Amino acid sequence: MTSQLAYKETFDCVQCGYCLPACPTYATMGKERHSPRGRINLVQMAAEGKITIDEITESMELCLGCRACETACPTNVQYGKILESFKQAKAAEAKAPFMENMALQKALPNKKLLAAMRASLRAYQKTGMDSFARKSKALSILPEQLRAFEEVAPAVEMPNKQLRTGILLPERERKARVAFFTGCIMDVFFAKINDLSIKLLQQAGCEVTVIKEQTCCGALQNHSGDTGTSRKLAKENIAAFEKGNFDYVVNAIGGCGAMLVEYDHLLADDPEWAERARVFAQKNKDVSVILNKLEIDFSREISGAVTYQPSCHLLNVQKVADDPVQLLESIPGITYVPLPKGDMCCGSAGIYNIVHYEESMEILDSKMEQVQKISPDIIVTSNPGCHLQMCLGIKREGLEDKVRVVHIIEILAEACGIDHK
Amino acid sequence: MITEQIVDRLKSIMGSEKRILLEKADLVSYSYDGSFGAYMPEIILQPVSAEEVAGIVKLANKMKIPVYPRGRGTSLSGGPLPVHGGMVLDFSRWTQKLIIDPQDTVAIVSPGVITADIDREAQRHGLMYPPDPSSSHVSTIGGNLAENAGGPRGLKYGVTKDYVLGLEIVTPEGDIIRTGGRTVKNVTGYDLTKLIVGSEGTLGIITEATLQLIPRPQATQTMMVIFDDIIDAGKAISAVLTSGILPSKMEIMDQASIQAVEEFQPIGLPTDVDAIILIELDGHPIAIRDESEQVKQVCLEVGAREAIIARDEESAGNLWKARKLVSPAIVRKKPTKISEDATIPRSKIPEMFRRLQEIKAKYKIDLVVFGHAGDGNLHPNIITDKQDKEEMKRVEKAVAEIFTAAIELGGTLSGEHGIGTMKAPFMEMELGEAGLDMMKRMKKAWDPNNIMNPGKIFPETKGQKLVLVHD
Repeated sequence: MTSQLAYKETFDCVQCGYCLPACPTYATMGKERHSPRGRINLVQMAAEGKITIDEITESMELCLGCRACETACPTNVQYGKILESFKQAKAAEAKAPFMENMALQKALPNKKLLAAMRASLRAYQKTGMDSFARKSKALSILPEQLRAFEEVAPAVEMPNKQLRTGILLPERERKARVAFFTGCIMDVFFAKINDLSIKLLQQAGCEVTVIKEQTCCGALQNHSGDTGTSRKLAKENIAAFEKGNFDYVVNAIGGCGAMLVEYDHLLADDPEWAERARVFAQKNKDVSVILNKLEIDFSREISGAVTYQPSCHLLNVQKVADDPVQLLESIPGITYVPLPKGDMCCGSAGIYNIVHYEESMEILDSKMEQVQKISPDIIVTSNPGCHLQMCLGIKREGLEDKVRVVHIIEILAEACGIDHK
Repeated sequence: MITEQIVDRLKSIMGSEKRILLEKADLVSYSYDGSFGAYMPEIILQPVSAEEVAGIVKLANKMKIPVYPRGRGTSLSGGPLPVHGGMVLDFSRWTQKLIIDPQDTVAIVSPGVITADIDREAQRHGLMYPPDPSSSHVSTIGGNLAENAGGPRGLKYGVTKDYVLGLEIVTPEGDIIRTGGRTVKNVTGYDLTKLIVGSEGTLGIITEATLQLIPRPQATQTMMVIFDDIIDAGKAISAVLTSGILPSKMEIMDQASIQAVEEFQPIGLPTDVDAIILIELDGHPIAIRDESEQVKQVCLEVGAREAIIARDEESAGNLWKARKLVSPAIVRKKPTKISEDATIPRSKIPEMFRRLQEIKAKYKIDLVVFGHAGDGNLHPNIITDKQDKEEMKRVEKAVAEIFTAAIELGGTLSGEHGIGTMKAPFMEMELGEAGLDMMKRMKKAWDPNNIMNPGKIFPETKGQKLVLVHD
């Protein structure tokens, strides 16, 4: 099993320790084995047979995968690759739990199944069952972690079908032709963000197409060591988007975007796909990058102190740092306040906050300490997972009436007078 | 041998069992630092009070168990390596105390506080903690004190030892004592403070420090000076420092490091030159504007090709970026970096550069030189691959010859990294038999059972050699 470990890559680490201050789990757990340098060394030791996969599992699985260490690293260690190699070795050694596998291989790429989930969740919320359930404490039978997120989950809305068919024309002279990547979970639970993104792109001069054949990006599968499924999905997406002649493939989800821009790594050893993956990866852009390039017509002022919690995968993998901030600063009326240690993960990290709830809450608490220092009126996020986590953080601090959490697209749409529906 | 009884005793000494680590994944994770070699400890303790440390050390002294204090393991000389097993004392969680007293201009800190945090807190009161090792955003003050860390600002402001007024330490026999105080002037008895600082954890464990702060300069000005001949760069350093101006930093990059940076991330450095010196002046904005013009003239007079003065903070940042990129640039070729810090008198910089080029050619190794030119603290870096045993043997010989060259030129083995394990074999060469023996006697008097960081500073056997790879 250890032959799957990225052994060679571990030697790029000179053990200088510059990654330690960037690591959220090192900060909250206070042990070297929960630091990037520690984890890289553990993988190296496991590959050399000096320690077993089992003995390093706890350290590796408590990694958020935020990859802030890669940004901090002075010698360009490919930490993501090392972490993923562990996941693969682990998955090969002991089959991952059946339910998780089922969900990741079958459910996410299955649009009908996800639509059914959305419908039932929506019905649950619409009928007032959710508030009834909360009040009657019926939910207390759920484990604490699921209950916590149920309470902060946003109202689920149906995606706007008109925005999902045909070619949508720009509202001004055409500046770019873009294909919009909707994402699977995103288009089910955060369809509103996708709708608003498409409208903003149109307003900024983009011709937008939503390709029907697109599928799940494969990020969650890859994070859980199921590279096979990720590669399959990557090929489906590449083939789907090759059909049109687009300048960019745009998404509004930091986590999916990070997977899409790494398709070239994922398929590097496949001669038929390597070049196609490289072209596809280069075309992929976060919606903030495209909007920041183009002109946006703001028509409303938004008052108050606004801060930004970047999505780790947008920041550390896609390397998008300035565009969201510049966009926010350009909104009339806004006072932008940088969040101290904003580049630290909020502890959401895919399904980390559910699987490792306690550890995640400790990371969230230190995030909230920083939020309290600047007392913002609005916290802006760029990824649905971070969004939920920040909502939960606000709730845990009792700040629901004082602080609003919005996706960057929501605040931009608001300032541009674009309404949902 | 850490028996179950000893673990039980440690549990009663430590306030929380959560700070006692025994799992294999933990032992492996405290077996290394930023230097070479890996040695397994038997237990890791994360103390957060002098009382805990005193209790641990008393027990260790009684049972004769080696004690290895450690900050965040950024050491480049092997300071925290548990070469004889035993206990690692990890101080990284003891960050609780960071008090700035602006009236006395001192900072009082616990050993796990991050060095850069002290300077950042001081800044809020218009003060500065000058020592700035390049790892200051990671390293702990305890580790800096033990190794007497330096940094670029050492040229003007000195090093860690120049800012320590007083210490609280736990002696190797487990007593808590205080040295010095919180005044600049203090001549009461032997200066144990200075003895402990730089003793690399071999004489006791620092549990609190009182540090001197100074008024913060109002502004800085950066410039880059380009030389066609590294000999002229050496002359320029001396010429600037005798012109009545003391820059806060003077950093040199040789041709190999400039080319490496340009190949890695082209930022427009001239690659046909022999050396670049980056200079930073600090002080009143009007004064340093005037001084930077003077420095430019002095450099041009001794043969500099060009001197570029940064217009604003952004362009200053761009100039320093070149220096920051050296490390990532040079490890692209091969993964292992051996960072030396042999230091020579300023006047010998050109001669040292010549000797280093000879060593590079003789052993056919990749060697780049950059570092703190103003104070003669060069950083010859050997780029190699520790998996290549044949090459590592050549590297061992090259390193030994670098040390010899430094000492022959009137310099020293280490300017700021410390002796630790790698340089121990060369101690007698610099200090002589009697000189080294006086140090050993000090060690014996303080630590009769040799439990405090054993295996460091002193060669353990006669004729001990530098070994980077074991067969």
